Formats: sequence, C-alpha cells, structure tokens
Amino acid sequence: MSRQSFRLEGGGRIDRARALGFTFNGKRYQGYAGDTLASALLANGVHLVGRSFKYHRPRGILTAGVEEPNALVQLETGAHSQPNIRATQIELYDGLTATSINAWPNVKWDLMAVNNRLGRLLPAGFYYKTFMWPRSWWMTYEKAIRRAAGLGRAPEAADPDRYERQNIHCDVLVVGGGPAGLATALAAGRTGARVVLVDQLPELGGSLLDESAGTGEAWRQSAVAELAAMDEVTCLTRTVVTGYFDHNFLIACESVTDHLGHTGAQPHLPRLKLWRIRAGQVVLATGAFERAIGFKGNDLPGVMLAGAIGTYHARYAVTPGREAVFFTNNDTAYAPAMAMAAGGARVKVADVRTEPGAVADRARAVGIEVLPGHAVVSAAGHRKVRGVMVASLGAEGQVGDPRYLRCDLVGMSGGWSPAVHLFSQSGGKLAWRAADACFIPGVPAQTTRVVGRANGTIGLSALMAEAHAAGADAAKDAGFSGSGDAPTLESDQPEQAPLQPFWSVPAKPKSERKHFVDFQNDVTVGDVRLANREGYRSVEHLKRYTTLGMGTDQGKLGNVPGLALLAEMQGVTVPEVGTTTFRAPFTPLNFGAMAGRDVGEFMDPARRTPMHDLHDEAGAVFEDVGQWKRPFYYPQPGEGKDEAVNRECRAVRNAVGMLDATTLGKIDLQGPDVPALLNRIYTNAWSKLEVGRSRYGLMLGEDGMVIDDGVTSRLGENHFLMTTTTGNAARILGWLEEWLQTEWPELKVYANSVTEQYAVAVIAGPKARDLLGEVTDLDLSADEFPFMSWREGTVAGIPARVFRISFSGELSYEINVPANHGAALWGALMETGEKHGITPYGTEAMHVLRAEKGYIIVGQDTDGTVTPLDLGMDWIVSKNKDFLGKRSLTREDTARTDRKQLVGLLTDDPQAVLPEGGQVVEELQDRPPMTMIGHVTSSYYSANLGRSIALALIKDGRQRMGDTLHIPQPLGGPTLSATVTETVFIDPDGSRLNG
Amino acid sequence: MFLIECPWCGPRDETEFSYGGEAHIARPVGGGHDMTNAEWGHYVFHRTNPKGLHRERWVHSHGCRRWFNVVRDTVSHEFLLIYKPGEKPDLPALPKSPEPPDGPGR
Ligand SMILES: [Zn+2]
Repeated sequence: MSRQSFRLEGGGRIDRARALGFTFNGKRYQGYAGDTLASALLANGVHLVGRSFKYHRPRGILTAGVEEPNALVQLETGAHSQPNIRATQIELYDGLTATSINAWPNVKWDLMAVNNRLGRLLPAGFYYKTFMWPRSWWMTYEKAIRRAAGLGRAPEAADPDRYERQNIHCDVLVVGGGPAGLATALAAGRTGARVVLVDQLPELGGSLLDESAGTGEAWRQSAVAELAAMDEVTCLTRTVVTGYFDHNFLIACESVTDHLGHTGAQPHLPRLKLWRIRAGQVVLATGAFERAIGFKGNDLPGVMLAGAIGTYHARYAVTPGREAVFFTNNDTAYAPAMAMAAGGARVKVADVRTEPGAVADRARAVGIEVLPGHAVVSAAGHRKVRGVMVASLGAEGQVGDPRYLRCDLVGMSGGWSPAVHLFSQSGGKLAWRAADACFIPGVPAQTTRVVGRANGTIGLSALMAEAHAAGADAAKDAGFSGSGDAPTLESDQPEQAPLQPFWSVPAKPKSERKHFVDFQNDVTVGDVRLANREGYRSVEHLKRYTTLGMGTDQGKLGNVPGLALLAEMQGVTVPEVGTTTFRAPFTPLNFGAMAGRDVGEFMDPARRTPMHDLHDEAGAVFEDVGQWKRPFYYPQPGEGKDEAVNRECRAVRNAVGMLDATTLGKIDLQGPDVPALLNRIYTNAWSKLEVGRSRYGLMLGEDGMVIDDGVTSRLGENHFLMTTTTGNAARILGWLEEWLQTEWPELKVYANSVTEQYAVAVIAGPKARDLLGEVTDLDLSADEFPFMSWREGTVAGIPARVFRISFSGELSYEINVPANHGAALWGALMETGEKHGITPYGTEAMHVLRAEKGYIIVGQDTDGTVTPLDLGMDWIVSKNKDFLGKRSLTREDTARTDRKQLVGLLTDDPQAVLPEGGQVVEELQDRPPMTMIGHVTSSYYSANLGRSIALALIKDGRQRMGDTLHIPQPLGGPTLSATVTETVFIDPDGSRLNG
Repeated sequence: MFLIECPWCGPRDETEFSYGGEAHIARPVGGGHDMTNAEWGHYVFHRTNPKGLHRERWVHSHGCRRWFNVVRDTVSHEFLLIYKPGEKPDLPALPKSPEPPDGPGR
C-alpha cells in the first residue's frame, strides 16, 4: 500500500483518524474520511486516471468538482457498477474499487493510443467525412469506432438497489449552498417562508469550505446552525439540481446511501432519491466554473485548473505537486499559488497581463517568481508533466523565444464562467459581459433570481449583500417579510484587477491540434479553426461538427472558450457568434433514480379479472391486453399453442366453450337523453331500441374513420350499458365526456365506467343453451330470448344480466354478474358444463372464431384510416340522421370507390398461414421494390375449416373478388399466393347465431 | 412540467391532465352537410397554432374528468386565463419583456 506522500502535514477537512483503504486500477491505496476519490489519488501521487475519448491520450484530474471532464471512472463491479462517474465527486469509503474507463488493456499501456499518433487522420467531422461512404460499410465502421472511442460500460446484471422519488413544494428554492446560497436561504428563511436549500456537497458552505478556520468558517457554522433550527427550512446536501423546467418545476438527485458504497448500503434506505421540486420562487446561487487556456499539451496529467489546486490544498490537505507553474490571465490564480508557496513548494506564475498589479507584488513577497506578459506555450512529459516552455507575449500576440521551466504541476486559469446552466434551462436569456469575458444571466423567463458568482458578482461582501436582497425579495414575492439585516462578512481578499481575455496561445496549426478546448470530446483549437475554415461558422454548426460540448460534462469547461475562439477567428464579438442553450440534465442523471419504484411489477399495474386464479389453475398461458392479463389459450399436457387453439375452436363450434370477457369496456349511461347521445356518436339509429334489446354500433371520429365498436343494450327507459373494445374503454369514456361537456352540455346524460364492477363469462356453441338452461331461471327459448336481447335473472344462484350476443358466430350468452361473484360463476359453469364438453377458450381462439365470421377488431383490421364503407359495413351507416364523422364520408378522398377495402384472402396452399402485416402485391417482381396494394390484417389457421383464412385491406379490393394476389416474405419464407374472397368464411346466413 | 389550475380542483401537476387542442372550435350546426369539402376540412383539420396567446382546451383526466379552457402563452407557457366551458373572456394583454441589460444574447 502506497504512502500518502502528497498529503500535507496539517489542515484540511479530512478525518486523519479514519484511514480508508481503496483500490484503483487494481492497486491498493489509502486515503482519509472526507476525501474524494480524486483527492485521495492525488494524495498518493496518482495523476494518470484515464484515457481521452477519441485519441486515448493520457489524462489526469483537471478540476475538483462537478465540471470534471477527464477523471471519469467505472465505480465498483458487477450489478452495482456505475460507468463514467467523476472521481472528483466520489466520496471515499472503505473498500471502494474503481477503474479507468476508456483504456485497453490498461491505462498505462493503452493500445488505442495509436489514435493519438493518427490524430491527423481523425480531425473534426471525421465521422461525417470519412465513414459515411460507402454507406453499406457504415455498420462495420461504427462497431469498430464504438469499441475504440467510448466511455464506460453499463452494468450487465439487473440493478439490485432501490431508488425513490419524492415531491416537495416550497415558497423559495435556493440552489447552491455556498456563501451566496447560505445568505439567500437565511434572508428567506427568517421570514417564515418555506425554503429548500440544495447543495451538491456533503457539507454546506461551498467555497467557504476552502478555509477551515477564520471569520468565513465561523460565519458558515453559525449560518448552517441557524438554518437547521428553522422549522420551515429544509437543507438537502449531496443533492444536485439537474433540471429546471416550466412553471418552476425542478428535478434534483440526492445521494442517500450511494456515497457509502454498496458495502455501506442500508436496506431501509434508497441509494438515490429523485426530488421533484415545485417552487414559488427560485434563487440560483450556483457559482462559477474556472476555464482552461489552450497551449500545447494542456491536457497532460499534472496540468490542472488553478482553483482546483487551491481546493485540494485547503479542503483535502493535498498538494498535487511540489514544483508548480501557474498560467493565468486574472488575479484568482495567485491565491492557490501563494498557498502552495506557503506550504513549501517552488512556484512560478506566468501572467499574460504585462502589468498584473498589486497581486503580483504580494506573490513576489512570498518568494514566487512572477513572469508578466508571459505564457506557457507547451507542456512536456509522458503521462505526467515534467516541465513547461514559457515565452514572452508581444503586444500583437507574437510569441518570444521559449525557455524551459522544470515543474511537476501546472495550474491554469483563463477566467471564470458563471454557472448559468439552470438559468438557461429555465428559459432565461444570457448576456455577454465583455469586461469579464463571460456570459451572465440576462432576462429571466420565470420567477428566477441569480446571485453571487453565478451572476458574475465578484467580491465576498458584494455577493453577500446581493444574496441577502434576493432572498428577502423572493420571500416578499411569496408573501413573507422580515429578513433582517444583511450579513457582513468582510473578505480578506483585496480587490481584483481586471482580467485580460486570453483563450489560447498563438501557435502553428500542428501545435494547435494539441491545444485542448473540450477535454472530454478531444476538441482542440485546431478543430475549431478547421470548422470555421470549412464554413461551420455558427456556434450550433460548430458544436455538431466538432462535438464540442456534447459529452457528459455538456461543455461546462469548453463551451465559452470554444465560442470565444470562433468569434476571434471571425473577427467578431462573442454575442455575434451566439451562445448555445444549455439543456437538462446539468449532470448525468441515474436511470434508477428516474425510475424510482416504478420497476418490475410496479412499472405498470397488472389488471386481473376475478376469475384469474381459476385460469391459472387450469394452466392458462396469459397475454397482455393493455394492462389486463387475459388467458391466451389453455394448453393441455403435451399441447403446443396451435394444438390448444385448434381444440378450443372446434369445441366452440361443436359443443360449448367459455371465455372470460370481463375486460371488455363497460360504460353505464343514464339519463333521458342517452338515445340522443347514441344517435350522435354511433353511425346507426338508436331511438327505437326497446328495453331488453341490444344493438351493435360503430363509432367514427370527425374525420370519418372508425375508432371503436361494441354492443349497447337498453337496461331501462333511461338506462343503457355500452361495451367497448378492451383496450379502448378509458378512451371511449373520455370521448363521450368530451362531447357531453364541451359540445352538448344540454344533453342530460351521466356516463360512468363499470368495467371492473362486473365479471363476464361468455358461453358459446351449440350446447350453450342446454348448459345455461340447467343453471338459470330464465326462459331461453328463441322466441322469449332472441338474438340481440338481454334478460335479468339468476345464473347458478347469482343475480345476473344475460346478453344474447355473439362475437363467435355461435349461439352465445354473455353472463354479467357482480365482480365478486365472477369466480363462483365460472366454477359453477365449468362443473355443470362438464357433461356438455365445456372447454375454456382464450383470446387466440376468440380471434380465430371471429375471423371465421369476418368480424373486425378495431385497431387490428382498422388503423385510423378506415371508414365503415372500407369495411363493407354500409348497412350500419344511417342515411337519415347526422352522426359524428358523417360529413367526412362524402369528402373527395373518403368517397373514392377504389380505397383500401377489407376482403378475405384464401391461400392457394390451404396449410400456409399468411403473415399478419404482410404486404400484398398484384404483380410479382424478382425482388423489391414492388407496388404494394395493401396488407394482411388478420390471419389464422382455422381448424373448423381445415385451412388458413385471412382478412386484408386491399386497394379496390371489392372489385378483385376471385383475383390471385401475392404476399412476398422478404425477411424469409416463400412468396405466398392467395385468392380474394368475401370476409365471412363460416355460416354466412347466420343460422347458428339465430337458432 | 406545467402547474395547471383546474377550475374545480385547484393547482395540480400537468401529468394529471390531457391536452385537448385549440378551444372554441364549434361543431357546425347540423353536422356540416351544407358545407363545402374545404369548409368541412377546415373544421376537422385546420388549427391556428399561434406563437403567443392561444385559447386551448384541457381536461383533468386523472382528477375530476372535467374539461376547461385556458389562454396559454405558447412562448413562455404562462397560463394567463383559465375558464369554464361556455365562457369566453377577452384575451389579456401580453406582458412586455424588458430588454436585457447588456444587449440581447442570441
Ligand atoms: Zn379537476
């Protein structure tokens, strides 16, 4: 186990009493509680943590936070494994295991690094240019490229962890728990408003955490204590707000136990929790991201952002090097430089500004060599920086003779970009502030305020005043007052001198191909220049051509420099080139957190009928119909699907079968105007339907296309029961309500779903009457109880409505009983029916039987482009009254006589079953393309006919009776030929039905 | 996700509602049998799809199942008016956006 040789003697917020062991790339190390994986690696002198996406260049830890583009690791193994996790955000726990992503066979000897040597061949746009031709090769290329250029691996086993979602409402949401966020939350919280404060770190304080003592820390502690004591304030730590949507709805992801590792998982707690936040007012205190500067090799491990060095130094007591060169265009890099010097490191600062001012004098006073008007032009080293070349910069940007400086660490600072991501997501417009060369929030789109460094505000006292005012205003707008005085927290940092915009060291094109702008996507200054030269001059084109800002970091570091470089190359200002809209998520969001508990059986509710257990006992195979579990078929020992379905179909035609039809949609309609409603929504007439009778109806949309069908019965003078297709029940109830509420409020009708209130058993077949007669008090004679009527009585002692309707073409009774009697009814009919040869049948047999009769299924034989006339159902379309969709039936296109029409198809080979969805052609060609004239909608083997049958929608089909058509099977199987027929294959005169 | 104020139930998440398209498109009296194909086609298929204020229908499908009308700004998604079927209040004036302080971003 390595010693932590880069750990400072004292300081930091780590707990030196709690040493933690961890493994990185198979090697064991030690860190302390309070470390991140990144700080622990740096404490052990490990800089090389990964390989870059495209060129497989060695990469190190660049930042100390959420914006990290390089140090992505595969955390843990097996089912718990997570890809692409930022080492800078992983809290260290005992036993942690992580590996580099994107390196094969390992991070030190990465064979794919040959891409780096071939970098010239993989310029911007290489996907588009090189591999799009010939197109048929793309599949091959794509596989190879994905293997070579990719990120981490998804776990292959199911996720064993639990996730949760929680809703929360608040008056004021404060995002960011740094000094500005704390001051905002205090000002709002003191008014009594309900405040939620969210921060991504384990502790509140943000940049204040970089000092472990002094006035800042004292204020931080008192602020945190005051917030904790407020009843209406909720502080969420380890929580990242990833999305800001309409109407102040935000999504945040909290690590509940994720940071403990799966060894520390607690069964009663979720791994992550997704917070769904609805806020009255939002205050964003999200801070700012430091920017890199382009120079050759600025991606070498050991080259870091200056501020990150300061954070590792102060918060984690880690010095990432012993001999540092800082490279800056602003004052902020001097603080970490001086901290390192105070810790005994040798430090030099190259500042592009010729007169850096007071900050340089203070640096010199502590022994730092300052090089004004100088730039780092290149970094040298193999897998780790070992020196840099620095050179003077002329007034016109000309680079002087470089000289070599030995170092093991480079800290760069190209200025700061306010973290405007959430503001931008909310719809707010950004504004360019030239003085600080950054985008700041402009006009908000919602009740959004931005404070602190996220608003471009510099200096601790200005920032605190602004934050306090925003917190008080937000609370006031939410109806609360009494924020008290603004906190006074004097900064010991002196005023800052202006920054000098500086994005990349002037260099030859070859060198610029190693000046990295977007580290994660390997986009260089050379790529930006190439894109500009090739005419990709808008920022949106630049992004897509170079992939700038496309990775998991979404351009947190690279976007502004990329944009500024493009502007510089075009000789225009940044706003003239434009900005990009930042989209959610701010950081990658875990799928488990999004799914929450809606996984496995909870993903979608399963609806089961009251007879479900009996079907299960009978060995039924179930199929999903919407959310319902319906028996598909009931195989007996030794039977496959075909044998079972054939047996069930024969039983219905020869004896009696029984089907569970509980799932059919049932809508109870009451009121004096129900007949008027039915007249308007069905194509046929309903006024004369007598009590005790049932009628089949077809519904159209206003476009004239069939949307549903079913039987409606008159239960009483003002009382009807409508049935709908199983999958359409909710939609049709909604359809009725829509018309009743919005167009015909004068109709006195109540509609209510009673689908689940009744269980339905259908008995069908020539023996159905014999069977039912044994268990009912009803007179079943054809005169007393004719086809298309219903009667109320008892069946097996259960009060029942019995409907004599049929979807099989057989003598058939649909027995409706209160749902909790469903199983008793089914059991009684099975028992009594045994001597009649009763056979339960499933949905597949039901489909075959109805197809034998040419009965349609809406949604299978229709697809939203089919009129009743296309179905040959002219007989059900009233000429005498208006109904929804009627006018559309005479539109030019719907009135055509050569539309696709429903016909039957009988294959030449009676044993061949056509594929459903199979395309039908008139003239067969050797190979596609061929002119298609329609498709097969339903196709089955009919045991009763001893041959296959099919329904199809065929162009001008009714004029093609007797014609032979062809159904090619380009994905396999022979081309089949079939003859066009009528749609009814069995009992065309309906004698079985009416008997 | 929108927060929508159902006139009967109060403010609820958008997921409880369904969108019903443009409001105040009355079904032609008598069913449009005296209309030309073009006029009928306009009623069935054509909608205004404006940038700005839009009168539209929503239904609280996972709540009280009742329909209502709103005026929504299709740019900002602000719901400016919510009213019951049969009502039709005047359109409100669109709130004017102030210009950004440092000139517009794009
Ligand atoms: Zn409601």
